[in-house]
Amino acid sequence: MVTVYDRKPAGTEAGLSRRDLLKRGGIGAMLVISGTAVLSPKHAWGLETTNLKPETMATLIQLARDIYPHDQLADKYYAIAVKGHDEQAGKDAAHKTLIEDGIADLDKRAGAGGYRGLGWEDDRVAILHAIETTPFFQAVRGGLVVSLYNQKEIWPVFGYEGESYSKGGYIERGFNDIEWL
Amino acid sequence: MAAPYDLNDDSVVVIIGSGAGGGTLGNELAQKGVDVVILEAGARIEHEDFINDEWDSFAQLAWLDNRTTGGGWRVHKDFPNLPAWIVKAVGGTTTHWAGASLRFQEHEFKDLTHYGKIEGANLLDWPITLVDLEPYYAKAEDKMGVTRTNGIEGLPGNNNFKILKAGADKLGYKDCHTGNMAINSADRDDRMSCQQTGFCFQGCKWGAKWSTLYTEIPKGEATGKLEVRPNSHVVKIEHDKTGKVTAVVYADKDGKLHSQKARIVAVAGNSIESPRLLLNSASSMFPDGLANSSGQVGKNYMRHTTGSVYAVFEKPVHFYRGTTMAGIIRDEAKHDPSRGFVGGYELETLALGVPFMAAFLDPGGWGRSFTSAMDQYANMAGLWIVGEDMPQEQNRVALHGELKDKYGMPIPDVSFTDHPNDIAMRNHAYKQGMALYAAVGATRSFPTPPYPSTHNLGTNRMSEKAQDGVVNKWGQTHDIKNLFVSDGSQFTTGAAENPTLTIVTLAIRQAEHIAGEMASGTI
Ligand SMILES: Cc1cc2nc3c(=O)[nH]c(=O)nc-3n(C[C@H](O)[C@H](O)[C@H](O)COP(=O)(O)OP(=O)(O)OC[C@H]3O[C@@H](n4cnc5c(N)ncnc54)[C@H](O)[C@@H]3O)c2cc1C
Ligand code: SF4
Repeated sequence: MVTVYDRKPAGTEAGLSRRDLLKRGGIGAMLVISGTAVLSPKHAWGLETTNLKPETMATLIQLARDIYPHDQLADKYYAIAVKGHDEQAGKDAAHKTLIEDGIADLDKRAGAGGYRGLGWEDDRVAILHAIETTPFFQAVRGGLVVSLYNQKEIWPVFGYEGESYSKGGYIERGFNDIEWL
Repeated sequence: MAAPYDLNDDSVVVIIGSGAGGGTLGNELAQKGVDVVILEAGARIEHEDFINDEWDSFAQLAWLDNRTTGGGWRVHKDFPNLPAWIVKAVGGTTTHWAGASLRFQEHEFKDLTHYGKIEGANLLDWPITLVDLEPYYAKAEDKMGVTRTNGIEGLPGNNNFKILKAGADKLGYKDCHTGNMAINSADRDDRMSCQQTGFCFQGCKWGAKWSTLYTEIPKGEATGKLEVRPNSHVVKIEHDKTGKVTAVVYADKDGKLHSQKARIVAVAGNSIESPRLLLNSASSMFPDGLANSSGQVGKNYMRHTTGSVYAVFEKPVHFYRGTTMAGIIRDEAKHDPSRGFVGGYELETLALGVPFMAAFLDPGGWGRSFTSAMDQYANMAGLWIVGEDMPQEQNRVALHGELKDKYGMPIPDVSFTDHPNDIAMRNHAYKQGMALYAAVGATRSFPTPPYPSTHNLGTNRMSEKAQDGVVNKWGQTHDIKNLFVSDGSQFTTGAAENPTLTIVTLAIRQAEHIAGEMASGTI
């Protein structure tokens, strides 16, 4: 089971020192891996994995951001968007292999520090262009376009107001309020 | 009130599908005292239960049975199992259509005459004219409450429309307004007026927009002459040894098969399922499928030449607020071959929410080019191109060679490739759309490829001669007297206009014909 929780991550409670955090590294030194979880000490959330390696999940989160980079969105939304792969990996061994092998391949292409070790987005994206047509990339991107943009929590960031029937539609709420034309 | 008919009652007219064609035909016949059973594959979901959420609504309403695709269109690559975005529910696709209701132009009934022979296109004149249809168009507009007809006021323009209009003025377009919409601009026909909710594509929770679900169907049921049987998926039409159709076999919600006897059968399952059903009903007497002596069943699949243009401005637009299709430019709808193509196109505003915009703006797209566009969502305006496409014989709905559905029937395979005329038209429309937005200060614009088909036409086309098509000018199949086609698959050619008003018009006219023939005992 995968849980994304909004409280203080277990890892920090368990006494991970700041030095540990830095040593273990993570996405731009923001995400850390502890046991079976990916943690964001700074933003107090964590994602526990049961089927995929936590390192794989951390790389998936980075990959998700590189595919659909929105600088105004926190990692948490990318984590929620890719957590389904952990569940699917539990039900479908072929899917698990697809994801684990795909991530291993990314790391291999990235060289010594692995995919997450590449500091510049451009360097990571160059690798993605090379694997764009693979079933791995297609599976991740195809799922992500729904699982990321279908999160109601992020709609306000894009200026989208969502459901409107309960508010009586927009007839009194600005359907024709444009002023700059 | 809703009359339940016996499975062995062979006096009833059985209609397959309850959308624009089937729902209208059912009510019209019931009003004339004819006994009707509508078999509808989908569930009955009343309008209060529609969902203001794009993907949830898609799961609630869309036809999701497996289909495959082929051909050169991009949908084949991006959405290989979703050739069309249409509905499986009582009310059919009228539950989530946008409501644009335009009459065809006179020349569009006579393409072959006006455009001449075009290489690769299977053009044909309709066996009817605009004059034949005018009285029925008038009835359809009244029934549907189309704005700017019958003294009904136009809808107010939303932000997306205001930008379209400003651009149209800059480009010198003259025929731009808030459309002829089957959406109430004031209370009418016991339905309220549009509240500018902005979820027309997810079903109108107010019932302001016309749908057979809450107009034709309850009206027909109130006569005591119409029974709508939801969750009834027709798998086969049966006939006797004289070649007359006698019954339809359908699966109920548990997959159990039943046979409903019929005096007349009318097929209205939309242009993928209707030909599929005729083909799946092949027998030793009709080895190529029912009504297929011409070989044209499933051929000439049309989907309109479409595309969208979205544009980003420096300041907010909030284009998702208000009616999805909030206005139209008709200046390019004319036939003017000097533009490099025959036929014409309409430009209509369109808005998608964030989830659908992400899926459809540039299917398969990713990276900063894509996300920087999404980042400007609140500042976007958008329009949809809908133009006449060329009927081509190899664009077709055929039975899949191996894959079967859960009832054991071959699934449909939809193959489509643009004709060079379609491409020339789309490119012209992209250019105009982008110029229009640039004229009002767009900083960036996107020529967005066609979505899975919303307009599906032509696969049982109407023809004067039996060798050229499937049905005659009444929608009656050339081969089988008591078998009719009552949806958009009858269209001989597609015209530039959105099809539903014409589907409804043909259904009203067909009902009159069927009732007359029944009364005189000819069928
Ligand atoms: C998003 C969207 C927007 C649109 N906007 C417009 C617009 O603004 N203007 C316009 O003119 N048109 C519009 N359309 C198109 C319009 O909805 C269709 O043209 C119209 O509904 C087609 O009518 P129909 O009777 O052919 O089929 P439908 O309305 O699709 O009805 C067919 C019905 O048959 C049922 N069925 C199919 N097979 C079987 C079977 N084997 N057994 C039993 N039942 C079966 C289906 O479940 C369905 O309910 C839009 C479509 C979409 C998707
Ligand atoms: S915008 Fe109007 S027609 Fe469309 S769903 Fe809302 S109320 Fe109905």
